[in-house]
Amino acid sequence: MAIAREAEPVGSLSEVREAGLDREDLLGMYRNMLITRGVEERGHILYKQGKIPGSFYTGRGNEAAAVAIGTAMGPDDVGTPLHRDMGVHIVRGVEPWRIFANYMGRADGPTRGRDGNVHMADARLGLIAMVSHLPAMLPVAVGAALAFRIRDERRVALGWFGEGASSRGDTHESMNFAGTRRLPVVFVCDNNQWAYSTPTHLEYAVEHLADRAQAYGFEGVVVDGTDMLAVYREAKRAIEKARDGGGPTLIECLTLRMEGHAVHDDAFYVPREMFEEWAKRDPLERFRDWLRENASLTDDEEDEIAAGVKHLLTEAMRRAEESPLPDPSTLTDGVYADPDELHPPHH
Amino acid sequence: MAELTYLQAISDGLRGEMRRDHRVFVIGEDVGVYGGAFKVTLGFQEEFGPWRVIDAPLAETAIVGGCTGAALMGMRPVAEMQFSDFVSCAWDQLVTVAAKQHYRAGTAVPIVVRLPSGGGFSGGPFHSQNPESSFAHVPGLKCVCPATPADAKGLLISAIEDPNPVLYFEHKHLYRRIKGDVPEERYTVPIGKARIHREGDDVSLITWGAMVYTASEAADQLEQDGVAVEIVDLRSVLPWDKSAVLESVRKTSKVLVLHEDTHTGGFGAEIAATIGEEAFEDLDAPVKRLSAPDTPVPFSPSLEKAFIPQVEDVARSLRELAEY
Repeated sequence: MAIAREAEPVGSLSEVREAGLDREDLLGMYRNMLITRGVEERGHILYKQGKIPGSFYTGRGNEAAAVAIGTAMGPDDVGTPLHRDMGVHIVRGVEPWRIFANYMGRADGPTRGRDGNVHMADARLGLIAMVSHLPAMLPVAVGAALAFRIRDERRVALGWFGEGASSRGDTHESMNFAGTRRLPVVFVCDNNQWAYSTPTHLEYAVEHLADRAQAYGFEGVVVDGTDMLAVYREAKRAIEKARDGGGPTLIECLTLRMEGHAVHDDAFYVPREMFEEWAKRDPLERFRDWLRENASLTDDEEDEIAAGVKHLLTEAMRRAEESPLPDPSTLTDGVYADPDELHPPHH
Repeated sequence: MAELTYLQAISDGLRGEMRRDHRVFVIGEDVGVYGGAFKVTLGFQEEFGPWRVIDAPLAETAIVGGCTGAALMGMRPVAEMQFSDFVSCAWDQLVTVAAKQHYRAGTAVPIVVRLPSGGGFSGGPFHSQNPESSFAHVPGLKCVCPATPADAKGLLISAIEDPNPVLYFEHKHLYRRIKGDVPEERYTVPIGKARIHREGDDVSLITWGAMVYTASEAADQLEQDGVAVEIVDLRSVLPWDKSAVLESVRKTSKVLVLHEDTHTGGFGAEIAATIGEEAFEDLDAPVKRLSAPDTPVPFSPSLEKAFIPQVEDVARSLRELAEY
């Protein structure tokens, strides 16, 4: 029996307005979703062209969850998005050309060729770069929340993890610590049902991962991760609750990873019916349909947004390809920070 | 100038930085109400309150990862591992996250992790280790190992000031046994700079931490035989003061590298290899290493005494070198 609250879908435009979004916001979210998917589709092409070294990962199927949560964050909030959360980077304002540059190991990527894939973040936009060891970023998110609490700032930290990473001890330590201190942190589980080839019943034995929240002393909620507006509503609620001193929330966004773990993986182990069922709930199409029915999105508007995104991404790819590879003479630069990078003492 | 124990010097340095800089906070197991397992933070919570002297759950990953997150938000966290042995539980946060963050993302992680280290009191395999060599292999970290009260204070202040993750290995055997003059004012001791503990022309002895005192006693014995031993207290192992070591080796032409950590892959190996590469022509004898054997730290006093290099072991090694 489920312990976590199971979130209802969002219905009408008036309900959305109550959540604080106007029509322009909704069209912006739609555009960000198109950019998110577009970046990853074009990244895939670059990979096939041999222009991306290493491997390549996408978050296909998770675009709504990532964009919705990114949109619900406040300007001074921070987060640790992962490799299925490209939408968070897009919403926070990371320019697509810099993402392509990072994919290709170029000097203008946020990591200056030091790391690849989505292992990047622009700290000025409140993002902290992920590592491959999941969920090692959860304790870091909790630490950011601890800083906000110590300084009495009305800011919130968001920590992402997957259902696979939920099996590791970092998850427990983070949630337990955040629970004991009621820290302003929101835990977001991208539950895409497959940790590489491992299905959920081999990762956890509860009905929902969000059921665990109660054991840590805070609320858990499961939401359909393909429902943009339901995720937004739950994220906004959790973030503002944390901001007001109400402590953490665990939001589990249920989706299906619509591609393999990475580009080399054909996901043969995922039943075909599962893909077919979830393809009917494609988050992008689902949100577009909702906008047509509830916010009178017109064909012209749709075409205009799509054309703008196409232009943005074409330019971004061109600019990224113009970025040079890092100079090998810079190999050892930046292992250590210099004292002048940080501020003087606060008395 | 006041005479303080090594432990008091650590407390003094930490308290001073907390008074001076509101970004500095302490987090660890039992550091608040109890004042820390060794009482380094005794009275801190009364002075600074429960949100700057934070009693954490028994969760080293959350403690160190939490420090990294807070540091990225502009704080200057100082974590205490109850014993350095437990830092193994936070390995990932130090090595995977904190150490690599600046190189990858360009964001500084100014954290200090205090690590009560070392044996000599039957602490057994899990309360006696000296894990500095493991971390000295990790680019992005810094590792300091003060031996004197003055260095304990000055290096702690440097560690807190430093914009990088610094592991501060404080030797438990020295806590209350070693006293020394410590300036009352604020000062720093540079990370990566060695100190000549004792001057001599005949044999160089490179060491750090509690072994500085073992080395001193052995050098006293050699002095009676007319052999002048120069003791270089390394103070930091990452970065380490290569030029001070090479300078001493070039003066004496004979060198013993001594550490309390186990032998294979211990930091002494790095020092010996560097001397071989860069000062081969200056040597009159093969570089000698003395360390603990490759075993876990044993519990029983007779075994532990055989494990940790003793004054007689050091004196014997020095004599062998002197006579070579």
